[in-house]
Amino acid sequence: MKPAPFDYVRPGSLADALAALSDDPGAKVLAGGQSLVPLLSMRLAAPSTLVDINGLPGLDGVEVTDDGVRVGALARHADVLAHDEAARVQPLLRLALSHVAHPTIRNRGTTVGSIVHADAAAEMPVVLTLLGGSVEVAGPSGTRTVPADELYVGPLESSLAHDEIATSAFFPALAPGARVAFAEIARRHGDYALVGAAALVEGGTVRVGYVSVNDVPVVVDLTGVPVEQMADAALAQLEPAGDIHATADYRAQLVRVLTERVVREATADE
Amino acid sequence: MTTKLMGTGVQRVEDQRFLRGLGRYADDVAVDASTLHCAVLRSPHAHARIVDIDVADVLDVDGVHAVWTYDDLTGPMADPLPLLIPHPALTHGRTQYALAKDEVNYMGEAIAFVVADDRYVAEDAVGRIKVTYDVLPPVVGIAAARAADRLVHDDVPGNVGARMEQNTGDVEAALAAAPHRLTLDLDVERSACMPLEGRGTVARWDPDIDRLQVWTSTQTSTGVRAVVAVKLGLDLRQVDVITPDVGGGFGVKINHPWPEELLVPLAARTLGRTVKFTEDRREHFISSAHERGQVQHIEVGFDDDGRLLALDVMFWHDHGAYTPYGLIVPIITSTQLLGPYKPDVYRVVFESLYTNTVMVTPYRGAGRPQGCYAMERTMDAIAAELGKDRTEVRATNFIQPDEFPFEQGLVFQDGRELTYDSGDYPASLEKIKALIGWDDFPAYRAEMAAQGRRVGIGLACYVEGTGVGPYEGAHVHVETSGKVKVATGLTTQGQGHATVFAQLVADELGCRFEDVEVVTGDTRRMPYAVGTFASRAAVMSGSAIHLAARKAKQKALTIAAEALEASPDDLQIVDGVVSVKGSPGSAIDLGTVAVLSNPLRYAFDEASKAATQFTVGDASKPPVAEDEEPGLEGTDFYSPERSTFASGMHAVIVETDPLTAEITVLKYAVVHDCGKLINPTIVEGQIHGGVAQGVGGALYERMVYDESGQLLNASFMDFLMPYVTEVPDGIDIDHLETPSPLNPLGIKGAGEAGVIPSAAVFASAIEDAEGLPITAMPISPSDLFHLRLAHAEETS
Ligand SMILES: Cc1cc2nc3c(=O)[nH]c(=O)nc-3n(C[C@H](O)[C@H](O)[C@H](O)COP(=O)(O)OP(=O)(O)OC[C@H]3O[C@@H](n4cnc5c(N)ncnc54)[C@H](O)[C@@H]3O)c2cc1C
Repeated sequence: MKPAPFDYVRPGSLADALAALSDDPGAKVLAGGQSLVPLLSMRLAAPSTLVDINGLPGLDGVEVTDDGVRVGALARHADVLAHDEAARVQPLLRLALSHVAHPTIRNRGTTVGSIVHADAAAEMPVVLTLLGGSVEVAGPSGTRTVPADELYVGPLESSLAHDEIATSAFFPALAPGARVAFAEIARRHGDYALVGAAALVEGGTVRVGYVSVNDVPVVVDLTGVPVEQMADAALAQLEPAGDIHATADYRAQLVRVLTERVVREATADE
Repeated sequence: MTTKLMGTGVQRVEDQRFLRGLGRYADDVAVDASTLHCAVLRSPHAHARIVDIDVADVLDVDGVHAVWTYDDLTGPMADPLPLLIPHPALTHGRTQYALAKDEVNYMGEAIAFVVADDRYVAEDAVGRIKVTYDVLPPVVGIAAARAADRLVHDDVPGNVGARMEQNTGDVEAALAAAPHRLTLDLDVERSACMPLEGRGTVARWDPDIDRLQVWTSTQTSTGVRAVVAVKLGLDLRQVDVITPDVGGGFGVKINHPWPEELLVPLAARTLGRTVKFTEDRREHFISSAHERGQVQHIEVGFDDDGRLLALDVMFWHDHGAYTPYGLIVPIITSTQLLGPYKPDVYRVVFESLYTNTVMVTPYRGAGRPQGCYAMERTMDAIAAELGKDRTEVRATNFIQPDEFPFEQGLVFQDGRELTYDSGDYPASLEKIKALIGWDDFPAYRAEMAAQGRRVGIGLACYVEGTGVGPYEGAHVHVETSGKVKVATGLTTQGQGHATVFAQLVADELGCRFEDVEVVTGDTRRMPYAVGTFASRAAVMSGSAIHLAARKAKQKALTIAAEALEASPDDLQIVDGVVSVKGSPGSAIDLGTVAVLSNPLRYAFDEASKAATQFTVGDASKPPVAEDEEPGLEGTDFYSPERSTFASGMHAVIVETDPLTAEITVLKYAVVHDCGKLINPTIVEGQIHGGVAQGVGGALYERMVYDESGQLLNASFMDFLMPYVTEVPDGIDIDHLETPSPLNPLGIKGAGEAGVIPSAAVFASAIEDAEGLPITAMPISPSDLFHLRLAHAEETS
């Protein structure tokens, strides 16, 4: 389990990093390495160059305003999880991040890396989608903002081009009176979820995002559906699949349980 | 007298080193840049004929030194690997070649071996080998093996490697006459030892001394030494095998030689360079060994009290593609199944079957978990049938304390009669009931039910034959510094041997515990040994060390008696000082006795001046007496007539979530009887580890093969070894000490016990919580969810 040969560069500026990506169509960005390095070691990925962005200045911040939380590309899951202001402005961040992997992995893995890695089993892509957040992307021809609902195009596939770098992700603040809840069931503590669910109840709307159910991050609008019928309503729009840890039917059962659990929590009297 | 260390929880002397990262494993040996590294091309197919292997592109890779395929092997290296434990019932034993010849029979089987400057380059080179396969349909799982529509080996009809029967009477007649009868069909899936350190071997050929040194992560250094010598055509004296620290074995490293254990020495000898192989995790999954997979059919006849009148067991054992370790696992299942019980008549028949999957060799428990599962599921079924308490049915069937030695009328894995030496099962049952709160459980269940929570309690009992022969030996050497060097040949995988063996030596010899240093698994220090398996290290090497220390002590007393002009009977040895009892002024320390034991011609320091032939001994006698040897040493061997039988009982309370079917352990209790305890802390550590592994085996781990024979979960991401968060927070342990009459210390083995009853005890508790039969283990929440659905459908 050793990677195939690759070149390695560690640029000191965003411009150099973008140039390095443009120079080599086989190049890949290396952030925290918690998803990429295992893929390299198992030779499931063999990029010709790794462009390590850990030397880029100014990308490790977590900025909080009344509008929301902006997470820089080099902010680690652990930085965001520990950020009290971020948790106050958007509580779903902390609720979800505490389910992401284990402390050692959260210390290296970046939240933005997780978002652009586009794994439907990961928590933060669903959180970003449910909240209607966005990603700031730098490319050869400048920067652009990609809304979450335009980010995920297929399994493990984002709409970022090969020569683009996500510089930050933006999570909108929780609106006054709005509520969120998060729950997941995993085989072992810290594992990827068998199913996870995040609820956002805001001004009469009820939306629930699901982790590990469809092959891309998915959010279902359940506004107006009575709580006891929500699970069926959600399942009508979902495609839970079977794998070696859970059959499709069992996943559907977990969708039922968790839908009700998060919606009740987000609508319960405080 | 100093207080005895036997029975006290002396802190492990190993831990400082391990916890500070100073352990030295095979991969830590020969870390210099000149060492060459290996990678193995492994079959991507479960079953295929090899049409062609093209290595032309490999030698072009910069940094590659050599590549071997089967065609490059000569002499004994070209023969199949040894079948270590032949058995008359194993009529169709098969072993693989060091590198596949013509055919591969499991995904992961070694085909080519590349040696390069580093492992990266070696893996690059492996990627360039082109193999043309003629893919054959594989046999996956016991049902397919039994159906035998396809064969794993063309010359093994029905895929049956062995069929074996033992019985103690006419079971059919006994069944027919029994007032009650039940039939059970049970399943246990595969898991694996999964030590955190995989396999690893380093070899160095030294032309100056014409000698091969091999460091290997093994449970038997003497076994590896013998086979390396034979396969490479070397004299035994030309081969040293040294076992460095071993990061877990759990059975998989008793099998030997692994292909790499021969190929690495071969490469070192051929290339004249130090060569290292370090197995990676994926390789461990697909090319080491698995265990546990069995299908069982049980017919039982019993009376109104639940007494076993007839027990008729048939089981099918999946041994994978090859049988290097013979029939040990199924023989153990078939004999240890009886546990603490005494059915009037017992018959067991098993078939050991080939499948196109990784081979099966012993994994901690070695067939006992499956046997315990069969027996304990049967006990629960009898209790349910008669409406009796599960503990009552068990108590009715126990062998009683006054019935020892108890003959089960079967032949055990060591070819000896299955005779239990001692035990007290009724006392264990009382203890386990008290520990888990068995009698209070109905009230607790009601209380939990009122909160909408579902709980269940389970119990399982086992007997474990430990300390199998043939022998172990020990060498105890008191140096002139007073330090005591102890060597025993079996190996250590973290059990704490350096601590417990030092306790035994300090107690017997009378030296200070701190002065004892124990070396294991180094053939230079003790060339006669068997290995570490079958919970035998304490019993076998412990006894040998005790006897060797006694010999050294006797010698010390004889020499000291002369020096102190006293009778040996009047002497004592305390804290490394020999003194005349009652007159402390008349004393000599063990180091000086060691000086005196070895009369010298040449003095080289102050201490040795005292030992020259002009100062020592009676000038009218030879300097070394007849029948004596120079040096303060003792060597002895321990070889018991048969195994000693430890026993125990586990109980667990689980909670099952009515909606998600998640299974949570609320309380876990263990009563364990391994005879006299040398070190209770270490025994408890063994139990903790065993229970953790058992939780994994019962609730999390399985080997997921698809129908084409691909192992789908060959990584720690998808093979769910429990984390610390999944094992019980606390394990309540109580000990019983029923001494063994078979060895001088009264001890029994403790290494495997913790894992034996897990499948049984969890099945019992989950069945109790759910009110539906549990017949297949392990069980996941997804499985339980489907069992509920099926049960609801059946009962509606
Ligand atoms: C044992 C283990 C358990 C885990 N459990 C979970 C879990 O439960 N939930 C969960 O969500 N995650 C889990 N993870 C994954 C973890 O969250 C990763 O940190 C995350 O998925 C990727 O972030 P990273 O910074 O490590 O990215 P990397 O591994 O460095 O990169 C991942 C991918 O994203 C690309 N990339 C990264 N950053 C950028 C960027 N700024 N611009 C463009 N492309 C970029 C890389 O090129 C690569 O393709 C686990 C990981 C491990 C090893």
